[in-house]
Amino acid sequence: MLKTFNLGGVHPPENKLSADKKIENLPLPKTVFIPVAQHIGAPASPVVKRGDEVKVGQVIAQSSGFVSTNIHSSVSGKVKKVDVSADSSGYSKQGIFIDVAGDEWMEEIDRTEELVKEFNLDGSEIVKKIQEAGIVGLGGATFPTHVKLVPPKGMKAEVLLLNGVECEPYLTSDHRLMLEKADEIMVGIQLLMKSLQVNKAVIGIENNKPDAIQLLTEKAKEYQGVSVVALKVQYPQGGEKQLINAVTGKEVPSGALPIAVGAVVSNVGTAFAVYEAIQKNKPLFERIVTVTGKGVSKPSNFRVRVGTATSELVEAAGGLPENTGKVISGGPMMGRAIPSLDVPVTKGTSGILLMQEEESKRGEVLNCIRCARCVSVCPMGLEPYLLMTLGEKHIFDRAEEERVMDCIECGSCSFTCPSHRPLLDYIRYGKGKVGQIIRSRK
Amino acid sequence: MKKIFTVAPSPHVHSNDSTQKIMYRVVYAMLPLLAWSVFVFGLDALRVTLIAVVASLAFEYLIQKFLLKVKPTVTDGSALITGILLSFNVPSNLPWWIIIIGALAAIGIAKLSFGGLGGNIFNPALVGRVFLLISFPVQMTSWPVNIKSGIDAVTAATPLGIIKESTSIADALNSLPSITDMLIGNTGGSLGEMSAVLIVLGGLYMLWKKVITWHIPVAVIATVAIIASIFWLINPDVYINPAYQILSGGLLLGAVFMATDMVTSPMTPKGQIIFGVGIGLITISIRMFGAYPEGISFAILIMNAFTPLINNYVKPKRFGGK
Repeated sequence: MLKTFNLGGVHPPENKLSADKKIENLPLPKTVFIPVAQHIGAPASPVVKRGDEVKVGQVIAQSSGFVSTNIHSSVSGKVKKVDVSADSSGYSKQGIFIDVAGDEWMEEIDRTEELVKEFNLDGSEIVKKIQEAGIVGLGGATFPTHVKLVPPKGMKAEVLLLNGVECEPYLTSDHRLMLEKADEIMVGIQLLMKSLQVNKAVIGIENNKPDAIQLLTEKAKEYQGVSVVALKVQYPQGGEKQLINAVTGKEVPSGALPIAVGAVVSNVGTAFAVYEAIQKNKPLFERIVTVTGKGVSKPSNFRVRVGTATSELVEAAGGLPENTGKVISGGPMMGRAIPSLDVPVTKGTSGILLMQEEESKRGEVLNCIRCARCVSVCPMGLEPYLLMTLGEKHIFDRAEEERVMDCIECGSCSFTCPSHRPLLDYIRYGKGKVGQIIRSRK
Repeated sequence: MKKIFTVAPSPHVHSNDSTQKIMYRVVYAMLPLLAWSVFVFGLDALRVTLIAVVASLAFEYLIQKFLLKVKPTVTDGSALITGILLSFNVPSNLPWWIIIIGALAAIGIAKLSFGGLGGNIFNPALVGRVFLLISFPVQMTSWPVNIKSGIDAVTAATPLGIIKESTSIADALNSLPSITDMLIGNTGGSLGEMSAVLIVLGGLYMLWKKVITWHIPVAVIATVAIIASIFWLINPDVYINPAYQILSGGLLLGAVFMATDMVTSPMTPKGQIIFGVGIGLITISIRMFGAYPEGISFAILIMNAFTPLINNYVKPKRFGGK
């Protein structure tokens, strides 16, 4: 029996159309728009102005607090302006527009493909370099990695978990990275282990990626303390709490951080970014993005510079299909629908999914028939039908009691509801309101 | 012109399951029982079912369209289920106008006055049945004999009726059909309660299709089996063999098709077990100590009333403890 998490979950059609497509470099764009808020926490403050010449890897916005990160230029060229434009949230956000000229990198970055295994930094030096390199969780949550690596006082990490689950349908960027950069990921894991002072790391990979499981299991033999565990395919296994539960059997208590059970979770993509930052002096300014969808002529995995417009990726994957109705930044379960193709790729963009017109509309909302499917699929053991009603009727104190804040917004409830009820929409609303109430108490 | 895409919050995909599909799965699970009832009672059974179904659909449509002025939901399959279930709970010789009154009580009173599908507290078909049982006790309890066993239109007692009326268990056992006949459905009774085998088959189909879970049927049947066994072991001269308790009357039909009605049963597995045990206890109490030979309909309706309370207090297992 393969391991998985103990409550709920769904299994949407996997549709991993681009699983066997090698990572390709996307051609350099002519301009980029690099938002200064690409992470959870305070936006970075721009340190360049109009007309400045910048190089690839140069800091263009400085971290503005502990929970914040640096933003680096992904291209070389001239700063066109510092202005606002829409990011994947659909809102206008501050960012830096750069006109691309050539491809001149900062001198200290090692651009060779050569694997560098050895390092002799201590834990705090590693954390510092990670912070400077602007690394955030690349699974999509974009939480600054250096913050995770410094456990709160009195807490100690025991195990590092690597998320190679990629439970979202369609997405294959982590899968490809594991196949093509296995050694680099392993070195990145060693660096993360060193910084956390743990001697055990476990990589969780779902069983629909047997090639990655086999390769990493093989590689792990060369690296002390690293092992691979194959997991049953079940969404949302990539959720932090679900992954910890699947691998260790422990449940992170309600309202607590993973460190409460001695675990720190990092994405395999983040481990790769850590490798590049420390062994290659390369800050985080590019990432792997899957471009996919049923109507896409060439589903692909691209290495993309941050700030590149979505339209460039779509073009490289064979152009926008005629009947595209919806464009998702991320996967279909938790990704964001973006209004236009001008939206830039940011550190958290794991995929671009083009949905056809007929897939883009929600079904007609009918009465709740109390079938309890939402309850049985909820990985947090909540009652989505009840939380929805409480949100709808503004009964926020009860929603708090019913643990609306535990919701991880995985969408399993809305996915499974036979009456197409907008469960998660109202739960999110209730969560927002309850969050405000909780903050106002402090 | 620049294309503007549809924007909506996640998730962007759906399981493709629908209320209608769920309802039709229940209908498919009932079809073998319908066929069996026609086999046993002849075209009269089909007449009852057709009248009940047409009346249920018609009342749903007419009330929604002209009285409530909402979009009729007659195609969602739920009124179809109510119609079939209502017919399953009545004798095959019931006059047409009584069936229509039953359908009106089921759809009009039990379902639409509570807000339609999903809003009802009580199982509509059972409300219809109990309404008729109380209003037309004679017509509702005169059972035509199985046409295979003799002349049509002669009434005979049901197994539970025999048990209730008999002076002793030995006497009852003389007139009761064999266990094999009760498993197959070669007895008398309401249309749908005849064949234990076909009811279980329908239940297994619904389990396979994830329309129901095992909790409610198992809890109901196990409770009845345990209580009946205890009494039987203590005094087999007064109390009937538990196999008869399980196979006779509407127990299986109720446990598999009516207690499991999603709308009127609890949401969590634990709550469903409490609900099922409650139904079992009330059923066996009415059968052993009450005035009616059969108690499953009342038991389900009584526990339906407790469903909101159970939902309020019995919570699913939360991730991350208390």
